[in-house]
Amino acid sequence: MAEQKKKGPRDNGAPDYKKNLHPLMAKNYGQWVSHEKLKPGVLVHIAESGDKLYTVRAGSPRTMSVDTVRKICDIADKYCQGHVRFTSRANVEFLLGKKKDIEPLIKEVHEILGFPVGGTGHSVSNVLHTQGWLHCNLPGTDAAGSVKALMDTLIREFETDDDLPARVKISASCCQINCGGQADIAINLQHHHPPKIKPEGVGICELPKVVAICPVAAIRPRQKDDGQMTLEVVDEKCMYCGACHGQCPTMEIRDAKTDTLSIWIGGKTASTRNGPAFMKLALWGLPNNAPRWPEVAEAVHTILKAYKATAKPYERIGEWVERISWKKFFELTGFPFTKYHIDDSEMARSTFNTSAQVRF
Amino acid sequence: MVDKKKKSDTPMVDELLDGPWPSFVKDLKGLAKKKPQVGQLLGQLNQSYEDRWNYWQGTVLNVDGYGGGVIARYSELAEKYPDIAQFHTIRVIPPAGWVYSTKSLRDLCDIWEKHGAGIMQLHGMTGDILLLGSDNTTTFEAAEELFEHGWDLGGSGGALRTLACCVGEARCETACYDTMKTTTELTNRYISQLHRPEFPYKYKFKLSGCANDCAASMQRSDMPIIGTWKDDIQVDQKAVADFIKKHGEDFVVDNVLTRCPTKCISLKKKKIVIDNENCVRCMHCINVMHNALRPGKERGVTILIGGKRTLKIGDTMGLQLVPFMPLKTEEDYQKLYDLVEKIWEFWGENAMDHERVGEFINRVGLGTFLEGIGIQPDPRMIKAPRTTPYIKFEEIAPAKFGGEAEDDPPVRNEEVEAMEKV
Repeated sequence: MAEQKKKGPRDNGAPDYKKNLHPLMAKNYGQWVSHEKLKPGVLVHIAESGDKLYTVRAGSPRTMSVDTVRKICDIADKYCQGHVRFTSRANVEFLLGKKKDIEPLIKEVHEILGFPVGGTGHSVSNVLHTQGWLHCNLPGTDAAGSVKALMDTLIREFETDDDLPARVKISASCCQINCGGQADIAINLQHHHPPKIKPEGVGICELPKVVAICPVAAIRPRQKDDGQMTLEVVDEKCMYCGACHGQCPTMEIRDAKTDTLSIWIGGKTASTRNGPAFMKLALWGLPNNAPRWPEVAEAVHTILKAYKATAKPYERIGEWVERISWKKFFELTGFPFTKYHIDDSEMARSTFNTSAQVRF
Repeated sequence: MVDKKKKSDTPMVDELLDGPWPSFVKDLKGLAKKKPQVGQLLGQLNQSYEDRWNYWQGTVLNVDGYGGGVIARYSELAEKYPDIAQFHTIRVIPPAGWVYSTKSLRDLCDIWEKHGAGIMQLHGMTGDILLLGSDNTTTFEAAEELFEHGWDLGGSGGALRTLACCVGEARCETACYDTMKTTTELTNRYISQLHRPEFPYKYKFKLSGCANDCAASMQRSDMPIIGTWKDDIQVDQKAVADFIKKHGEDFVVDNVLTRCPTKCISLKKKKIVIDNENCVRCMHCINVMHNALRPGKERGVTILIGGKRTLKIGDTMGLQLVPFMPLKTEEDYQKLYDLVEKIWEFWGENAMDHERVGEFINRVGLGTFLEGIGIQPDPRMIKAPRTTPYIKFEEIAPAKFGGEAEDDPPVRNEEVEAMEKV
């Protein structure tokens, strides 16, 4: 380990947001009255003072070289008085004071950065994801690559804002920690068997912590013949979540031969209308097929096609399925409904149809 | 084209070079010309693609005085890719709302090109600026220069995590409080808890200016703080008339009135009428008719508790803890700090290792949690009262209406006597 000069914490805290604001944001802070969509990816916000701030939203790959970030800065210096914003979905927002700069800026965003403009209104916005094989220690699949491959197929949905009934948010997760988060459509990794313990590695882990972290008490300590302590997994109890794997890398939950991808739908964060909702299993058993994961894209497009065809305006995917029924959803998509779609957790009973209401 | 691919060290990731969506592979290949470790990173990624297997090990590396902020990664393929044997991520706290001056961004670029591999992610799922690719020496050099330039490390482990918020009052007419200011104040007040893990497990704040929750606070943070208002929705009937003229009355009925969760909004003689007592501040009508409807003027926040992602008890949404709190004056902010500190004290004292506050509430019960932090139960915290009849009363008999609990109620005495006879 390299030597580090002992200097102690500086605890600088957060950068001063006021110094980073676009001048029109600083001037009209808290005084905005309205906004309009000018075209896909372009918004104008209007302040009480009459000032107008134009926003051009572009999709970024999130993982960027410093050179690409500098190119973003070059464009922002030229058109945006040196200010730029990023959204929670890794879109870049160029902030402009002059309407006439919009088109020249978009041209440079396309030509210099190669970024598409869109992601506003009723579109498919950029996909939330974490590191995957690029930089995580736990993943069973990649994120940056699978998102790039998926967004290649969704470019039209990103670049329009009235093609869909409502906004569609997508996330991708590389293990069962599910960092990608709740989304209208989520791509998650599934394991298909309990962790296989690498016996030689158990010694490096704090065994009581590994036992304690299991949510279903499936891990217990065991003394080997030589007196050494090790762990064992009760297969019947294990639900393949991989919580132990994060705690102790020798609890190997991943399996290149058997891990699959699944699609979950209907998650929503906003408290609008019927409030936030968790996503539900739509399709499981897709192959973890690098480098372009075509089966995932096909499933996503199948869902979007059915959604576009039958949802009402302002219905998010979860609200749409709630109205038309899950029976209809499986009919429309052709996805098989299986016993694995039926919840078997503590929450299970709240998901059953405990009524005589029925559709044909 | 085929020949070219044959020569490449990374034929599988090369499949991601083309296509309309911007390619991180193309960008990183360009970077690899001056940063050879980036080429090796793509080499390892290609190996992962071929083997469907991950080759990073995770561990901890701490800058002096900090208990987090560096995500250390060691390659298992270091013999083949020696330049990424150590390839760490540094988390850096961004300006609230992710609005940057290019001066700030260029400063980060310069520091990271000098000390690291030059890969940035804007931003991580925590909201941090992520700087990828430093080793066991350059991590410290980069941190030192970041500190000198006023930047600071983000959180990791059992600590307060880097906060995140929506754009708020900087550019949004529906923001009901100053999310950027609150984010910055909370960050700076609790910077020690952010840098030096002292909690049972992670604690995240996310702040959204209204119920649209653009910061995804409901399901991504332990303590969502969401803007709301107490008085009536502001209605501009002239703008309502304009809206009806443009879209038609049916549009308003189908897309505004019938989508109201409590059916508290109606159209009478082409005017919007709202039963504000039954409005739940969900934002839908305002979203659709944002020129005609605006949040009320008496604004503040709803504070929730216990949201988190899947592990270990499954996903949880935040539950409503404080229905309304103004957040304008210093006294208002002090009340927020008092609440936060009470929660940290009770959770910190009583939670198990690795137990998020939402998991803790599941285990001890919301009633116990409320007592522990000194908050009175409020029917707005629940969807409905309990349906299970097995109640673990702490009193011998319930309190009379308006009276005190009896210590020695006759009902219990009779039962005890009956039992004694048996």
